[in-house]
Amino acid sequence: MFDSVSFIHVLGGGALIGLSALVLFAGIGRIAGICGIAFSLMAAPITTQMWRLLFLAGLLVGTWLFHNISGQAFPPAPDTKLPLLIIGGLLVGFGTAMGNGCTSGHGICGLSRFSPRSLVATLTFMAFAIISMFVFRHVFGWSI
Amino acid sequence: MKNMIALIAGILFGAGLAASDMNNPERVQGFLDLLNWDPSLMFVMMGALLVAVPGFQILLKNDGKPLFAQRFSLPTRFEIDKQLIIGSAIFGIGWAIVGYCPGPAIASLVYGYQDVFIFVGAMLAGAKIHQLVSSK
Repeated sequence: MFDSVSFIHVLGGGALIGLSALVLFAGIGRIAGICGIAFSLMAAPITTQMWRLLFLAGLLVGTWLFHNISGQAFPPAPDTKLPLLIIGGLLVGFGTAMGNGCTSGHGICGLSRFSPRSLVATLTFMAFAIISMFVFRHVFGWSI
Repeated sequence: MKNMIALIAGILFGAGLAASDMNNPERVQGFLDLLNWDPSLMFVMMGALLVAVPGFQILLKNDGKPLFAQRFSLPTRFEIDKQLIIGSAIFGIGWAIVGYCPGPAIASLVYGYQDVFIFVGAMLAGAKIHQLVSSK
């Protein structure tokens, strides 16, 4: 599952993500936090924030381009039953809105700015995700 | 030009997610499951930070401004409060259940799976609920 080829992929893919955050910041001075960008679109008229819509559209285009150029198959859909899929989505949306950031905004941009808030947020969501995974899979025996 | 930069940044981000297999919920859940650990996500973060840390530090230290905007738009909150910690904890729980954080979820819409649309719909609803609750 984890070999030297995928090592280049994960490190290189990560570097592309870091480069994206830099391009957005150096170019237009914005933080590449996906949840902040997506949720702002719901709060104000889209015509005043076209850059956000285009950034999100770029996510789909970039993913599509990678698979087309590399020939790599699409990854699988989540293997989560419908009620848990919805609960998971609600928690991710509510939590990232309340905590003002997700893996990209706090985890990449925030840590790169040496923001103490983002460090605390990143350690918190990592810790809670790892503990939840242990409890759900290995204590409750859920097939998630 | 602003829009063009945003589109290019989005494309780089989406390509990076796909190349590193972070659009694969199983891969992400593998990182979170210490009993069956897959370190991929750690190396993705390392790759991203290796590029972003020096870049952000240089940009912020030189007191400059972005190429196509008046100033850097930085978060205005500095205090580590309950909102930050509780919100991040809630996010972590949801992240473990499905294996999607917001970026991969939105990028994965392009795969056309019904489950991804349901997840993203629920995610936006969750954010909307927070907006409504906190504006009271």
